[in-house]
Order: sequence, then structure tokens, then C-alpha cells
Amino acid sequence: MPDVPSSTPPPVNRRQFLRDGTRLAAMTGLGALLGLAATRTSTARGYVWQIDPARCVYCGNCATACVLKPSAVKCVQSYPICGYCDLCTGYFVPEPNGLNTGAENQVCPTAAIERVFIEDPYYEYNIDEDLCIGCAKCVEGCTRFGNGSFYLQVRHDRCLNCNECSIARVCAGDAFRRVPLTDPYVIKTTAHE
Amino acid sequence: MRLLRRIIALVLVAAWWSSGVSAWAELRFPPPEFETDYVMGGVTTPPPRALPFEYVDVAVLVGALGLGVWLVHRRRSRRGLVALSLFSLLYFGFYRQGCICAIGAPQNVAYGLFQPGYTIPLTALAFFVIPLVFALFAGRTFCAAVCPHGALQDLVLVKPVKVPLWLEQGLGTLPYIFLGAGILFAATGAGFVICRYDPFVPLFRLTGSLFILSLGGLFVVTSMFVGRPYCRFLCPYGALLRLSSLVSRWRVRITPDYCTQCRLCEHSCPFGAIREPVAPPAHPSALAPDRRRLGRWLAALPVLILAGGWLGSWLSVPASRLHPSVALVEQYLDPTKPEPVPGAPTPEIRALGRAELEAPELVTTAAAVRRQFTKGGWWFGGWVGLVIGARLISLSLRSTRKDFEPDRGACYACGRCYLACPNERVRRGLISPAEAAGLNANRPAATTTAPNRS
Repeated sequence: MPDVPSSTPPPVNRRQFLRDGTRLAAMTGLGALLGLAATRTSTARGYVWQIDPARCVYCGNCATACVLKPSAVKCVQSYPICGYCDLCTGYFVPEPNGLNTGAENQVCPTAAIERVFIEDPYYEYNIDEDLCIGCAKCVEGCTRFGNGSFYLQVRHDRCLNCNECSIARVCAGDAFRRVPLTDPYVIKTTAHE
Repeated sequence: MRLLRRIIALVLVAAWWSSGVSAWAELRFPPPEFETDYVMGGVTTPPPRALPFEYVDVAVLVGALGLGVWLVHRRRSRRGLVALSLFSLLYFGFYRQGCICAIGAPQNVAYGLFQPGYTIPLTALAFFVIPLVFALFAGRTFCAAVCPHGALQDLVLVKPVKVPLWLEQGLGTLPYIFLGAGILFAATGAGFVICRYDPFVPLFRLTGSLFILSLGGLFVVTSMFVGRPYCRFLCPYGALLRLSSLVSRWRVRITPDYCTQCRLCEHSCPFGAIREPVAPPAHPSALAPDRRRLGRWLAALPVLILAGGWLGSWLSVPASRLHPSVALVEQYLDPTKPEPVPGAPTPEIRALGRAELEAPELVTTAAAVRRQFTKGGWWFGGWVGLVIGARLISLSLRSTRKDFEPDRGACYACGRCYLACPNERVRRGLISPAEAAGLNANRPAATTTAPNRS
């Protein structure tokens, strides 16, 4: 590097020239990358993670694999397809002692399902989302023996929309999908299976 | 009625146990017709964060970067930078919970470019490009005060320990290797490893697995004594910023006007980024051994790249196991797996059925992924060879400098060194020029200097 007195305007030395050239090349490269990536980007809408209830195998990974504890996945209840059964297989363990709200009779480990009497013999079942951990135990009972009105959904008020959903990575049924931001839930209107 | 429903349920249970799989298209229990005036509830669907808010994030990023550049280059205020990094820590860290984040953005770009069907979110693209453009012009202002990871490590730094040069140089290659690995796994669709092993994001979320939370705790404790360990020795985006910053238009200067060689700033940098003046060699012949060494490393560079590539291609088998399809096929084809019970579907078959896949189709997919990994392994290995070779070459380069200057690439623009300079103190009116002249009397190193943290 030549010795340049600071009073005279410095001529462009070799290092400066290389630096400017590299910066220009880097800007061009970034521009090209941006252009290429812009062809692969969507301008209007984003995508979010969601569970396809038809593929869910109620393995329980949603409760444990999410980066959030408790999970962003919770059980939802589709009332129009619920049978309002007295013996709800999503609510009661197999062969319950009695059809009451006793903890030993409930399948839900956190007592997140509320059982409300409507009229004989119908009971309404509501999910308390603050308590639900997304373990899918009720989903299994309801889908196997009932109408399948309990199913898991990613709740977008909690989901952080990770680059790589850590539940999707371990999902046993390959049920996780990226769905458009404008239509972020897969709501059941009929029973699956 | 109640008894009837119970009987139906029991029959169904029996039917399920006998058939193995139940397949009922219509509702088993028709929804009741209520006699009371019961009103049925609906499914609540809380909406995701609306798209305009993502653009707010980009606007905050640009605003913070602009403010950072002003604070670093014009205002020269460490205090302002601390305030800005506190804001970034709160906004990008604890409010946005580390997502969206520039550190993982190279993976989004790689994934988007190599995996058809994935669209890169516009915000991820913006978070990838904008800090790099700023670094090309004004150095690592993103690291200084905008990145929440850097802010957290910088704010907890209490007693910096000097990292030995050999360790610094050796560990300094890790970010480039991690970047290469992140891009390899993203491009092949195996996952986002940079995000998966990010130690700070779980701290921002105040939740996570025990492993990653302990890793985060370890990094926070380390950063109390070693300046920015993640930024210096791991951050893959920092590697890109370092390269960009090497050719930046404006550089961080310790002194506002001229350096008096007082050595007061020498120990003010906790990241070992301040370089001492190096006199040109007394005689050109003294350069000969350096030149020979440089020539040797330059000649060795292609060999290193090729050897790295060859070794990298061997990594394809273990590395491809991170891809979910390959992992599933390996389990499926595992010769030691237990014999399936006749009549009962195995878990893999059920999983394949649910995924609407056939085993041969999956095996084909996995084989294609492994071929991609072989190709990617060559690239990755070659990249590692290039990184090591380039590091050896840069160590053999001799540069002369007259003043105490921050290294262009290594400087995080944190502003700690500014107030160590007596000329800066005069400029700020903190001391008189006469006092500065007393300090400037070319002292021996490290007698009165203490690391300056405003």
C-alpha cells in the first residue's frame, strides 16, 4: 500500500479498486439471487402449517414434538358432526366405572374436555384450549368408535410458523401440510374413516 | 335409548377389534335433533398473524439498520447502540420470538431455489438480503445492534477473556462450515439444521426441549466471559456478513480523525478485532519465506478442495439419514426389524397408507435424495476444503498498517473502542486537548487501560 499524504486526494489504490470491484460483484450476485428467488416467491400470500385430520394417526407426537410447551396443536370439536353421545368414547376410558366426570373415567390427561348435559340422553363436549395439550387421546377414541368430531388442528394464535415444523418432521401419518394463509384451517364437516 | 346407544358402542368396539381397521364413511351416530332450544357452537379458528405485520417487521429491520449505521458511523455512540440492541432484543427477540430471523434465512433461499413447490416467504428473502446490502456498505451494523442473538450475548458480556489467536483462527472456520451444512441440508430438503440447533431462540420463547435450553444457557454463560461466542464461532449468517464487511464502503474507525498510536484502545475490544500497526519489512528479502509459504498454500488449495469434496461425498450416507424419507425407508428395509404379525398391519404400512405412498415409490424417492446428497456432499466437502485453504492463505498474507484499526471482517461495530480513544474524548468535549496530549505520550501497552463498556 503506497504512502499517500492525507492532504492530497488519494488516488484509487489497488486494494481500494479490488474492494470496490468485489462489492460491485457481490451486489450483482445478490441481485441475481434476488431475481432468481423472486421467481420462487409468492407476493400475495404466505403459508402456514396445518394438520390434515384425514391423515392423523393420533400418535401423540403433537403434544411432545412442538417447540412450544404446551404444544400449538390442540383438539377442536366440530359440533355439527358430534353425536352428543352419553357414552362418549373421546371422553371416557374404555369400561368406565360410571358415566360421570370422575377423573378416573376420563381419557383426557388434563381434564380439558367439559361435559355439559343438554337433554336426555345428549351431552355436549367442549374443549378447554387452555388445558388441552394436543395429546390426541380423545381424538383416537372419537375417531375410532365415534363420529370423529374431535380432531387436532394447529392453533394459529399460538403457532410460530417455524421454517421447519418440528412436529411435521416426526409426524407418523405425514399429516402436516403448508396451507395458504387465507385458509389456515382444515375443518371437518363429515366424519373420516 | 341410552342403553341402545351403549349397545351400539359396544358392538362397534367389537367390530373394530375383529376387523382391525374400521372404515365408515358416514356418521356412526347421527347428530341428534334437539327438543330444547340448544344452540350449537362453531369451531373457533383464531387467524394467523396477518401479512401486513410481516411487512412491519421488514420496516423495523430497515429502520433499525439505518439507525445503527448512523450510530456507528456518524454519532459514534456506544450508548445509543446499547439502547438499539436492547430494543432489538425486545422486538426481534422476545416479541417476535426469534422468528423472523436473518440467521436461518440462507436456508429458506437454498430450500426455495432447489425444492420446487416451496415458495420463499417475501419477508425471509428481505431478511436475507437487506442486512447483507447494509454490510456491503457500512459493515456489520446488523450484528452490532439489530440481531437479537448478538444483542443478548453483547449485553451479558461482563468479563471478556482474550481468546488465543490460534483458537480464534481455528474456530473461526466453523461458521463457514455450518453455513455450508445448513445450505446442504436445506437444498436437499432434509431440514433446517441452523434453526433446529439455534441456542437462543428457545430462550426468547421461554420454552423448548431440555437439550436446546441447556445449550442456550451454556452459550449465555459463556458469553459472559467470551465475547459473542455464537457470533464469532458458529453463526452462519455472520460468516456471510463478515465476507460482505471485508469489502464495505465505510469502515468502523476507532479514532475520529488521526491515530496517535497511544495504544489506549488496544484492549478495549472484547472480540479481538483490533489489529496492531504492522511495519513494512525492513528489507524486501525478509518477505521471501512468507512468499514461499503463500505459494505453497495457493498450490495446495485445489488439492484441499478436491480432497474435501471426495471426503464429503462419503458423508452422503450418514448425512442423508436426516432426510425423513431416507430415514423412513431405512427403517422399512431394516433387516433386523421384527417379523410382522400375519393379518395385522405393521406401523410402517399404516404410515405409508396414511401418507398415500407405496413402498417402492418411497424407496425411489429416498434413492433420489441420496444421489442429491452425494452431489451435495462433493460441493459441501469442496467448500470445507476451500474454507480451510482460504484461512491458511489469509494467515500467510502480510498486511502493513500504520494505525490501530479494527479488522474489517471481525469488527461487530459495537462501538466499545470509541471512547477508549483520547481524540474521540476531545471531540466529545469530555477531556481537554491538553489532557489528551498527556495521554498521547506513547505509553507502553496496558498500564492504565481497562475494557471500556459504556
